[in-house]
Amino acid sequence: MQKFTVHAGIAAPLPRANVNTDVLIRIERLVYIPRGQLGPYCFEAWRYRADGSEDPDFVLNRPAYRAATILLAGTNFGCGSSREAAVWSLAEMGYRCMIAPSFGDIFFNNCFQNGMLPIVLPAATVAELTKEAECNADDAAAGKTFTVDLEQQVIVAPSGARVAFKVDAAKRRALLEGLEEIQMTLAREAEIAGFQADDRRRRPWIYRY
Amino acid sequence: MSAPATLFDKIWDQHVIADLGDGLALLHVDRHLLHDLNAMKCLQELRAQGHRVRNPELTAATPDHGISTLPGRNDETNPAATPLLRGLRAETAAAGIRLYDVNADGQGIVHVMAPELGLTQPGCLVVCGDSHTCTHGGLGALGFGLGRSEVVHVLATQALYQKKPRQLRVRFDGALGRGVTPKDLILHLIGAIGAAAGTGHAVEFAGSTIAALPVEGRLTICNLSVELGAKIGMIAPDDSTFEYLAQRPLAPKDAEWDMALAYWRSLPTDDAATFDREVNIDTTAVAPQVTWGTSPQDVLPVDGRIPDPASASDPDRRKAMAAALDYMGLKPSQPIAGTPIDWVFIGSCTNGRLSDLRAAAAVARGRKVAPGVRAWVVPGSQRVKHAAQAEGLDRVFLDAGFEWREPGCSMCLAANAETIPRGQRSVSTTNRNFEGRQGPGARTHLASPAMAAAAAVRGCITDVRELPV
Repeated sequence: MQKFTVHAGIAAPLPRANVNTDVLIRIERLVYIPRGQLGPYCFEAWRYRADGSEDPDFVLNRPAYRAATILLAGTNFGCGSSREAAVWSLAEMGYRCMIAPSFGDIFFNNCFQNGMLPIVLPAATVAELTKEAECNADDAAAGKTFTVDLEQQVIVAPSGARVAFKVDAAKRRALLEGLEEIQMTLAREAEIAGFQADDRRRRPWIYRY
Repeated sequence: MSAPATLFDKIWDQHVIADLGDGLALLHVDRHLLHDLNAMKCLQELRAQGHRVRNPELTAATPDHGISTLPGRNDETNPAATPLLRGLRAETAAAGIRLYDVNADGQGIVHVMAPELGLTQPGCLVVCGDSHTCTHGGLGALGFGLGRSEVVHVLATQALYQKKPRQLRVRFDGALGRGVTPKDLILHLIGAIGAAAGTGHAVEFAGSTIAALPVEGRLTICNLSVELGAKIGMIAPDDSTFEYLAQRPLAPKDAEWDMALAYWRSLPTDDAATFDREVNIDTTAVAPQVTWGTSPQDVLPVDGRIPDPASASDPDRRKAMAAALDYMGLKPSQPIAGTPIDWVFIGSCTNGRLSDLRAAAAVARGRKVAPGVRAWVVPGSQRVKHAAQAEGLDRVFLDAGFEWREPGCSMCLAANAETIPRGQRSVSTTNRNFEGRQGPGARTHLASPAMAAAAAVRGCITDVRELPV
C-alpha cells in the first residue's frame, strides 16, 4: 500500500455536509469502468453539465483548485454506500488527504486501505482551515499550500498556524509504513484457528450450514 | 457475575480473536455475503495476491445489484453486467462458495435472502460489501458493510480489524398512528436527529413499539441505520425472532436449535447497561413521512410544507437546502402533498419483503395507476416473489396497472441500467434520495410502500390516510 508520511499540497474548500459516495462515484460507472480510470468520473454530477461539458462554477473546477490534493470537507463526508471506488476516484483525481468534522464510517475505513488520510477535527477548526484555503479561485497560481505531517500529527496552514490531529495508533502505523493488512492477519493464523476450534464447541450451529 | 453489557457488547466480545488495545480488535466473521458487483473482482484480487478463501462454507453469494429485473430476463438482458454475472458464477464455483443464482430458489437482494433463508441468525457477525448490511441487525445479528479491501481481507482470513464504536440507544414507545409504518418511524428519527447523528456509533433500537414489530419491520428499521450515519443497527432477538427463524431452511436444527436458543436468549441488553447516548421517540406523534430533499434527513410529515431555506440559521445549511430544492424542482413553503409524480418504485432491501408488498397491494387493490405514471413492483427475492404470487398480489398489482418484475436491487441504486429519467420524479420505497442515485437528474422521494402505492394511484404525493383500504 502507498505510504503516507508528510504531504504538502493545495487545499480545496468544499464545506457541504453529507456529501455521499453516490455523488463521489456513480455505481453504474463501476459496472464497466475499471479502477485506474475513475478520476474523470469523481463528482461527476457536480463537475459536468448535462451536456457533458465542465461546469466552471463547481469549486473543484476553478483554476486555483484544479491541482488540489487536500480536501476541506463538511460533516459526514463520504456517507452512504460502502463502495471503495469513492476513495479510488478521489485518489485518481489527485487527492491524498481529506479534513472534515466527521466522515461516513465505512468510507473512513476505506481511506486507510488506500494510503489516503482522513483527518477528523472540530467543525470550528475545519471552518478556520477552510477560510485559509479560500483565495482568488480564478487565479491558477493562487491556491494555498498546506502541509499534513502524519508522523508529528500536525497540519501546518499557510498562515503558519499549526493544528494538531490524532489518528488511531494502528492505522497511523499502517499508513506510515505502507503495511499490507492481510499479511499481518495471516501471521495470526494460529489465533484464528484457535478461536474457531473453541467456537465450534460453543456455537456449533454457526459452522453447520 | 459479569459487568452489565449491551446486546452489541455481548456479540462483539463473543467474536474477538485478538484484542489489540485502544478499542481495536480482530473479529471473527460468521457470515460473509458476496454479490454480483463485487464477487468476481474480489475473488480475482484475492488470487492475484496469492491467497485462497479461508472459509468458503461461511460465505454465500447471489446476484442482485447488476442484474436486470425485466420479466423473462436472461444473462444478457443487461449486457453491461453480463461479465460480472458470469464471473460471479465462475469464481464462486472455483472457490467452493455456494451461489443462489439468477432465477433459482434463494436468489434475491443479499439483505432480503440471507434473513429469509436463516443464513443470518441472532448473535452472528455478518459482513458484506454493501452498506445496508446493517439490515441483519433486525434479527439481533451484528452486521455491517465493508469496502473492497476489507472484503478481500475477510475472504483471506475470515476475520476483520474493527475499532469498537460508541453506542446509541433509540427507544420508540407508543402506538403507531393510522398509515404509519416502520419506514415512517426510521425516517422520522433521521429527520429528528440528522443523517450524521449515528456516525461512529452502533445503534440499538428498543422500546415497546420495536418489541411489538414483526421481524420484517425490524429489518426495515435497521436497514436505514446507515442513513443515520451508523454502520451498525440492531434489535434484541425475542420470541418473534425465534418464531421467524424456526421455519427457515438454514436455521439450526434439533439439539443445536435448543443450544442456539439458549444463547440467543442471553443476548438482550442487561437492564443496568449504559449507552454513550440515548434518544427517545414518542411514536404517537409520528405521521406518514416523505422526503423533500437529497438526504434522508430532508424529511417531513406528508401533511407538512416544504421548508424554506431562509428559515435555516446556518449559512452552509441554507445553501445545502437551496441546492436540494433546486435539484428536486420544488418551491419552499408549498404543501408536499399534491406534488405530481412520474414514477413509483416499490422494492429494495428496505421495503421489498412480503409484508411491504401486502401493504402496497392493500392500497392498489381495486384502483388504477394514474395516467402518465409508471409504477414498478420489484420483489426483494425469489421467495418473496413466489409467496406474493401464491396469495395473488401480483394480480392485484397487474390489474391496477403496476409492472410486476423479477427480484433484484433495480432502481434503488440504478446499477443495472434501470433508471428514472433525468428530471422525472419518483416516489420510492428505497433508502437513499441522493442526487443521481436513481439515475442522473432523477428526483427521488422516499416513503413507505403504502405511501408509494397511494402516490401511484393518485399521480401525486398523497397522504395514504386519505385512501380507505
